[in-house]
This record gives sequence, structure tokens and C-alpha cells, in this order.
Amino acid sequence: MSVTSERARLTDLPPAPAPPPFPTGTQRLPMAKALNLGLRRALANDPRTLLMGEDIGRLGGVFRVTDGLFAEFGDDRVVDTPLAESGIVGTAIGLALRGYRPVCEIQFDGFVFPAFDQITTQLSRMHYRSQGRLRLPVVIRIPYGGGIGAIEHHSESPEALFAHTPGLRVVSPSTASDAFTMIQQAIASPDPVIFLEPKGRYWEKGDVDLDAPLPAPHGSPTDLDHARVVRPGTDVTVVAYGPTVATALKAAEAAAADGTSIEVVDLRTISPLDTATVAASVRRTGRCVVVHEAPVLYGTGGEVAARITEECFYHLQAPVLRVGGFHTPYPVAKIEHDYLPGLDRLLDAVDRTLAF
Amino acid sequence: MSTTVPAADGPLTDDGLVQLLTPTGERVGHPEYDRWAADLDGDRLRAMYRDMVLTRRFDNEATSLQRQGELGLWAQSLGQEAAAVGSGHALRPQDHVFPSYREHGVAHVRGLEMTDLLRLFRGVDHGGWDPADHGFHLFTLVIGSHTLHATGYAMGVQRDGLVGTGDPARDTAVVAYFGDGATAQGDVSEALVFASVNQAPVVLFCQNNQFAISEPTTRQARVPLAARAPGFGIPSVRVDGNDVVASYAVTRQALERARSGGGPTFIEAYTYRMGAHTTSDDPTRYRTSEQEEYWRRRDPIERLRVHLERTGELPEVFQAQLAAESDAFGEHIRTTVRAMGHPSPHTMFDHVYATPNAVVDAERAWFTQYEQSFVDHDGRRTAGGHR
Ligand SMILES: Cc1ncc(C[n+]2csc(CCOP(=O)(O)OP(=O)(O)O)c2C)c(N)n1
Repeated sequence: MSVTSERARLTDLPPAPAPPPFPTGTQRLPMAKALNLGLRRALANDPRTLLMGEDIGRLGGVFRVTDGLFAEFGDDRVVDTPLAESGIVGTAIGLALRGYRPVCEIQFDGFVFPAFDQITTQLSRMHYRSQGRLRLPVVIRIPYGGGIGAIEHHSESPEALFAHTPGLRVVSPSTASDAFTMIQQAIASPDPVIFLEPKGRYWEKGDVDLDAPLPAPHGSPTDLDHARVVRPGTDVTVVAYGPTVATALKAAEAAAADGTSIEVVDLRTISPLDTATVAASVRRTGRCVVVHEAPVLYGTGGEVAARITEECFYHLQAPVLRVGGFHTPYPVAKIEHDYLPGLDRLLDAVDRTLAF
Repeated sequence: MSTTVPAADGPLTDDGLVQLLTPTGERVGHPEYDRWAADLDGDRLRAMYRDMVLTRRFDNEATSLQRQGELGLWAQSLGQEAAAVGSGHALRPQDHVFPSYREHGVAHVRGLEMTDLLRLFRGVDHGGWDPADHGFHLFTLVIGSHTLHATGYAMGVQRDGLVGTGDPARDTAVVAYFGDGATAQGDVSEALVFASVNQAPVVLFCQNNQFAISEPTTRQARVPLAARAPGFGIPSVRVDGNDVVASYAVTRQALERARSGGGPTFIEAYTYRMGAHTTSDDPTRYRTSEQEEYWRRRDPIERLRVHLERTGELPEVFQAQLAAESDAFGEHIRTTVRAMGHPSPHTMFDHVYATPNAVVDAERAWFTQYEQSFVDHDGRRTAGGHR
């Protein structure tokens, strides 16, 4: 029995307008736009790069990071996938085996777990298992972290789970400028990269040099491995990455008013960990606080603290302290600011380390 | 056995939908399903009408509350009331529902305090009701996971000997609701496998509202969704999801099969999400106003209203009472939500484990002391202004 002969046509949408020309020069852009331009450049430069994920096409992604790319590059290059994360990563692995460079978007941090098996048992170790014969240049972009008043599973910080897995590079930009270059470096990397985007910072603006030289060609070393001192100081080193770099900088500002000089190191890369840069800073300051949103227990901060203790034991004036989330599931939005390590909790730790 | 190649517009076809009430409100006959709707007299139909009207009122209130900043987010059920209310009416008290986050109509029929559903969206709770109270599980936000939970729960029901006893007060079924997008998830395929091999008393109720956020069903499947289940050994049916009578009838039959030991059924309710995916979504990016108009003419509430009016089953006094009830309900929702208060930050340490945990206890103690450090002798908050 037919209900009606009329059909609901779901795909007959008017064509999208032509894309704007690629901007040049240094521009002040929100991080989401910087990522968008980084992806756009990667797509334009290499026909074997493709984006895949849920709602990344016409909608431009729920955070609009892929806005306009579907119209410019078509549905072959900007692929709206079925709603299946294991499928997204699993097929990206196959595409990479065939010479493509897939960039997967996971819609929210809490939805990467259906793909966890593909990432940890397959993506991370194909190079190792094949004795270097097979490479998987796959990027997995994940908006992560809290502070946006979201509902359950939309504010997770799963970095340690990936950093604990050998074979994966795990990185997180903290500024628009880094977002623009690091996404291109991640795509150029011959290794799989878990690219964590601090979603609470998507709308924060920063200066981006859009003419910055292109990353080295595929297979060459990239500059995706380096931490950076983003504010010099002499009394305490605060190590942060992604969403907490802004908090650390604010803390440094506030502490400076009280006469304390904080040096802020942005890790940029969680795995591999640039211990050298952090250690050099701690040798100068003698004190170290690590801050991240993820729970402290078994988190990235523990690794940093252990390495710094090993490397800088005789330079340390105080134990390395950690500030982060608690050992609870991410709480409801109304109290997430009590869970997240804010300015006060960070300054409290700075005071404690200075009190030793 | 031959395989038929589906039409290119497979999932979009409305061929073969079970329909008992046309978009213009006409009751049409159906050789198989008429008998499953035979008990729907004027009273039952009016009850369904009332439930749909109140569900829509609830949904509209929640949408406005979100616009006013009282809720962080809202997932509307606008347009999907018939599938929810029709299927909900087919349930028995002992049945158990595993809902998606959009099954507000089912929650209403199950008798939940509807404002409890809003606690999650207001950010004061991760799920503010006791699933045991009305046989209605918490909302699951990871798409598709709960179809496995429903199947496992049904396997438990089966082990408990509550299937096929012939006692209508004991025989139990389980229903999982999920979207068309969810059918792409591995978990849903695994639920079909487990349900089938165990002949679990579960009804897999797929609300095909044509979209998974921006993606039309054609991005998830090439065949009508109901066509997949038989490959797993599960019978399936496609129903006009905007027809509350047909939704009731097909669900009733499926539940009866489950309760009597006949195993699982897959239902595809063909409907349309008339609102946005959630209040953060912009549907103009991926659909046309013509399409919305096409579906507006198939409004599930309107078609039952026309039918009841035409058959003289909708007296004005009932309409007036319902309008008043709906207004009072709206008022109740607004005042209750606004009065929900702010959870104490200390609650975040509660219920992480069922037994004491040294790490959580230490963190709670540290947090309490830390909070205290901001309070002066008069009990006022002092510093901490940085946050
Ligand atoms: C595993 C997982 N991936 C992604 C999401 C983000 N997300 C939330 S709802 C949704 C679309 C769901 O579509 P459908 O299953 O058709 O249900 P509908 O919302 O249309 O009722 C997506 C992709 C999620 N919640 N869970």
C-alpha cells in the first residue's frame, strides 16, 4: 500500500555559493576558522587528502570547522559518513593503506569510544606490526574539554588514554596560529595523529600568518614535537596544553601583580612529550605545576611530574604539583566550573609550591 | 533465494508503510493490523490525542525555556508524537523502555514527572528519575549503545521466566527506541545479532525521522531500514509514524510476539523531525522549506483531531478542558524548571562508586577544605573571585 505518490525529497537543495578566495597575510581569526583554513589548504595542496565525519558536509560540522569545504571540494573530498565512529576510523585505515590521507572528525570527545578499538588495536600499531612496511597517515580530530555548558559525554578529556597507546601522536593546539599550522603538520605526518581541539577555545581569536611556509613534504620530519615557552618567568614553571594554556597565562598575569614570575610552557604535544623543553624551564625556575582538565589520577600531569623529577631532581625546590579534574565522571554543567582547574586552583598550587 | 536490488531512493520510499489513519484523518482498513487496533474506542483515541497534545506542549515549553537560557540544550520531539504515543500506549506496566533522548511522548505515557526529563538539559542532573519507577531507563546519549542494553535486559526477562507464561500481568517485553542514524552504529547491528540468536523479547523501535542531525537517511542506508532486520532473522515492519493508530497496532503486535516467546521485532516508524535536531542546530543548511511544508501537511496530531471531529468523538467540552490542562501543564513546567536550583558542587563526588573509595574521599575532603578557605569568619565568600 502506498501512502502517497508524492515523495519527500531530502537532497534537492540549492547549490552553494562559490568559495571565497584563499586569504593571505596575517589575520585575526578564531581558532575554528584557523583550523578551517588549515584544512582547506591541505585539501587544496594534496588531492589524496580527504575529510570524513558526521555532519561535516553541508552543515560544516557541528562547530563549523569544515564550513564551506563541502561546497569547494565536493562530497568526494569532504565526506559525510554514516553515524558510526568505528566505521569512520576503520575505513580511514583502509583508505590510508591505499595511499589516501584521511582526516576524521569525531563530533565530540565522548563519541570517540566506539572507535577506540580501531584506534588502539589497529591504527596505532600497523606500522609496528608490518615492520615499517605500512604507514597510516590518519588524523583524528576531536573537539575536547569542557566549559561550554554541554550535556553528558560532550566535555571529556581523553588525552591520556591515547597518549598511553604507543604508535599514536597526540597533540593539542592552544592558539589559532598553532591550530592553523599544527593541523597541516598533522596531516603531513606519516604517523597517525590524535588531534585534540580545545572546543572551549574555538571562538577565541588570535593572529594567524596565513602565508606561513607549508609543512615539510610527507615523510619528512615535522615540527609537531615541540613544546614552547609562551611566557618567560623565573619563579615557577606552569606546564599546560590546549584549553588550560589560557588559564595559565591568566594566572601568570595575576601572579605578576603579586610579584611572582611564572613561566608558562605550552606542551602542544602530549605524546611524544617534549621533556627537554620542560626540563630546561624547570632548571631555570626550580618549581613546576602541571595543569590539565582531565582527571589528575593517572593523567598526563603524572607523567610530566615523574619525568621532571627524574631529570631535574637536584634543581627542584619543591615537588612537582598537579592541578586538574577530579576522579569523578565529568559533572553536570551547573557545577563544571567547580570541577575544572580554574585560575584560583592554579594560583593555589603555585602558592603551595612557593611555600616549600 | 533471490535478492532484490533496492531502488536508489530506498530509505526514502514510503511504499509498504502500514497506515490506518490517512493524513486527511480517514480511517482505512488493513487486513493484518485492523485487529490490533480494534480496542481503540473513542475514549482510547481521545486519551492518545490528549497525550500527543500534552507532549507537544511540553516540547514547546522546553524549547522556549532553552531560548530563555533556562536549559542548555533541547532535543525536540515535534512531529514525532504519534509514533511515541501510539507505541507507548501499547506497553504494559511491567514492560521496560530504553528510550532515545527524543522519546518525550513515551515518557509522558509512562507517567513520568515530565520536568524530571529537563534536569539533564538544564545541567543539574545526569538523569533525574528512577528508571524502576515507570520502567523507563535513563536517556542514553551515546548513539545506539542502549539497544544492546535493551537486548540484554530482555535476555534477563527471558531467564526470569517472564515470557510465554500466558499471564498478561506477568509476560514482559522490552522496547528500545533509536533513530535512523543509530542504525549505522556497530552496536545496533550487534543488538540485532544478540536479539535474534537469543530470541529475546525485545522490540527495536526505529524512529526514522529522516535525519541524523544534517545527514539524510540515505547517508546511513540504501534500503528501507526495516529491510535490514530480516537478514538477521528478525521480522520487521514499516509503519506510518505520523499515524498514531497504526503505530499503536504494529507495536502491540510486536510486543505480543515478544511477550509470548516469539522473539524480537524491528519496527521502522517513518516520520519527520519537524523541528531542528536540537536547539543548537540550523536545519536551513540542509533542508528546504518545501520539504518542511510537505510534512506539515502530515501532522500527526492534526490528523487524529480531524478524525475524531469527523466521527463526533471530540466534544467541545473535551477540547476546552484539554486546552486548560495544557496551559496549567505549561505553567507547571516553567515554574518547576526555574525552581530547580543549583546543585552543590560537592555532589560531584557522590555515587562515583557504590562503596567508599580512598581517592574520591581524599579529593572530596581536599575540595571541602579548599572551598572553606574562601569563606571568611562571617561565612561570606572572600577571594576566589578569579574563577
Ligand atoms: C556515538 C555518537 N556519535 C555521535 C553523536 C552525536 N550525535 C548526537 S545525535 C546525532 C544524530 C542522531 O541521529 P538519529 O540516530 O537519526 O536520531 P535523531 O536525533 O534523529 O532522533 C549525533 C550524530 C552521539 N551522540 N553519539
